[in-house]
Amino acid sequence: MELLIEIFSDYTLRTVALGTAVLGIVSGALGTYAVLRRQSLLGDAMSHAALPGVVLAFMLTGSREPLVLIIGAGIAGIIGTLFMLVITRFTRIHADSALGIILSVFFGFGLILLQVVERLGLPNRAGLNVFLFGQAATLLQRDVIIMLIISVFVLAMVALFWKEFKLLSFDRDFGSSLGFNMVWIDIIMISLLVLAIVIGLQAVGVVLMSAMIVAPAAAARQWTDNLAVMMILSAIFGAISGITGAIISSTGAGLSTGPVVVLVISSIVLISILFATKRGIVWSWYSRLRNQRILRLEAILNDMLKLAEQHEDPTHPHALVVLEAMGHMQGGVRNTLNELINRGWVVQVDSTHYSLTPAGIEEAETFLVSED
Amino acid sequence: MSASTEILLIAIVTATACALPGVFLVLRQMAMMSDAISHTVLLGIVIGFLIFNDLDSPWLIPAAALMGVITVFLVEVFVNTRLVKEDAAIGIVFPALFSIAVILISRYASGVHLDSDAVLLGQLEFSFFDRTEFFGLNLATSLVTMGVILLVNLILLLVFYKELKISTFDAGLAAALGFSPVLIHYGLMMMVSITAVGAFDAVGSILVVALMIAPAATAWLFTDRLSQMLLFSTIAAVLSAVGGFGMALFFDTNMGGSMATMCGIIFIIALLAAPNRGLIAVALRRMRQRWEFSQTMLVIHLLNHEGTDREADECRVDHLWEHLRWKPEFAEQVIRYAEDHGTVRRQRGILNLTDEGRDIAESAMVR
Repeated sequence: MELLIEIFSDYTLRTVALGTAVLGIVSGALGTYAVLRRQSLLGDAMSHAALPGVVLAFMLTGSREPLVLIIGAGIAGIIGTLFMLVITRFTRIHADSALGIILSVFFGFGLILLQVVERLGLPNRAGLNVFLFGQAATLLQRDVIIMLIISVFVLAMVALFWKEFKLLSFDRDFGSSLGFNMVWIDIIMISLLVLAIVIGLQAVGVVLMSAMIVAPAAAARQWTDNLAVMMILSAIFGAISGITGAIISSTGAGLSTGPVVVLVISSIVLISILFATKRGIVWSWYSRLRNQRILRLEAILNDMLKLAEQHEDPTHPHALVVLEAMGHMQGGVRNTLNELINRGWVVQVDSTHYSLTPAGIEEAETFLVSED
Repeated sequence: MSASTEILLIAIVTATACALPGVFLVLRQMAMMSDAISHTVLLGIVIGFLIFNDLDSPWLIPAAALMGVITVFLVEVFVNTRLVKEDAAIGIVFPALFSIAVILISRYASGVHLDSDAVLLGQLEFSFFDRTEFFGLNLATSLVTMGVILLVNLILLLVFYKELKISTFDAGLAAALGFSPVLIHYGLMMMVSITAVGAFDAVGSILVVALMIAPAATAWLFTDRLSQMLLFSTIAAVLSAVGGFGMALFFDTNMGGSMATMCGIIFIIALLAAPNRGLIAVALRRMRQRWEFSQTMLVIHLLNHEGTDREADECRVDHLWEHLRWKPEFAEQVIRYAEDHGTVRRQRGILNLTDEGRDIAESAMVR
């Protein structure tokens, strides 16, 4: 509660938390497509490719206005994307190599431009650091408003192209056969991704931006098979990690926001992979154990019914050793019998004999039927 | 040796050392792994520094290389859960490790020269000042380090050439023949890690990616043979180093940036102009195939109607376009193309096949 009050009373923290939250929402939402389309590293490449755009925009306009820099970054990112599409489409070079080349070459070119700026006597070293690692603490209310506007635009476009983007993500060829121009839809989607990336650069920087694209969506994927639910979850995860990261870094000494945000979202991924319902590692492990137990119950009930068929009375008691022998000496027979007793399907007659109850007979017969 | 010769030499050695393992990264579709590794080795360096408390400790390189291999291992752990795809796994693992490194630096090592932008950008220009005695020669430390790494890469490549080749092109066959693909994979990753760590100083982690991937991808545009690809990749790397050096001198800019840019320029030139696989060659080939295909259609049409009573109508030059459903101008161009190639002849407004044209039509129809 104190924290909440602090967030709303401290101007810097409020601005930063709001900024990183907005960023988390947008990158989480757009990242959904990137992860589903196996283009997770596109975000990494595009954020690096933005550097020459940022510097050129600064050189041409002499302005450090975030909006100007965002436009420059966006243009560079889109050019990088088009390069990648050309390389992968017309040569046999795989997407990963194309991404690696664009990422590093654009970035290297950006470094050269940056040095030119430096020689012109313009202050920029700090600028590069901001670009590389982000500096959420420098976010102003104005920056956040710009981020908000762009975010609303991006999310509106996602809503507008919902059906087309869904087709593109899951069945591109089907989309083409329906008459959609999938190349253009692809370009629109990637442009939106680039927008989402460039608004994040100031907050978390190049290197960590790729995590903001990939991690929330990868975490959300574990909880659902539905695109809309996944996107909402992903946005929520992004927002949570943004806000949490901002709060933690405002308390700990010397912790910059970007890395903390990334560590928070990485923990969310880890938790999701371990504990997500249905897909998570712990869940699958548990359901495998449960299946094994049920199978064992069935097997013993079955054995008891078969033995009972040799007698007039289906509730005729059977010796434990016989049941153990029939269970191929796999052990755990006594435990399983106790479980059956708890369920009221078996009663223990004396210390070594067990017999089926009427309910147990009924249960065993349904198993037998389903076995056929 | 003068300072600039020595820096040029460092650039060449570094680029070559990177280009060799890069070939296998490109072929195995693991290019982005180099990006991941080159970032996470920072964590290795930081941890090594925190343990040994010395930035010049020789243990930093193995520590960093080990971290590179750990990165690969972690990515594989994620992929093996089958809950995330490989690209996403890379995109999660390396930023997380990198974040830990940045936090560790800012908390425990902020005083020392380990600022992360030096690691990301590299400082080839200043490598000259850091010197070592090596067999009685006074050389720049980077030159010695990268020279040793290049030598190790070359030896490993020569010794395990067959294994690398088989496991890259046919992992199943490699496994069937008794080579362990896992072992080869990790061996290669170890090689990439060590090279990345060594190249750090010179060009920084992001540009290591350029040196590893771009020359190899350039080489792949020229050849289908692994041995030639290694050679061409080396040539492209040396050209990038020399070109980048020249560019840095001429414009007085960052050496790493210039080298990366040069890698890109060489790649773009190859992309456009490579024989057979370049964009220009592909476009020309497509154009030629279009004309050849149209000519084949034309001669088949003529052959079908040759000697029939409808020949006068079907083979008239000015009506041909209707029968073949072409635009009139296009039909005219095809006819001219075919005439130039001696497959058809015009006689009194009728198009006749030459013997050559008949051969083409017949072989096309049999096919």
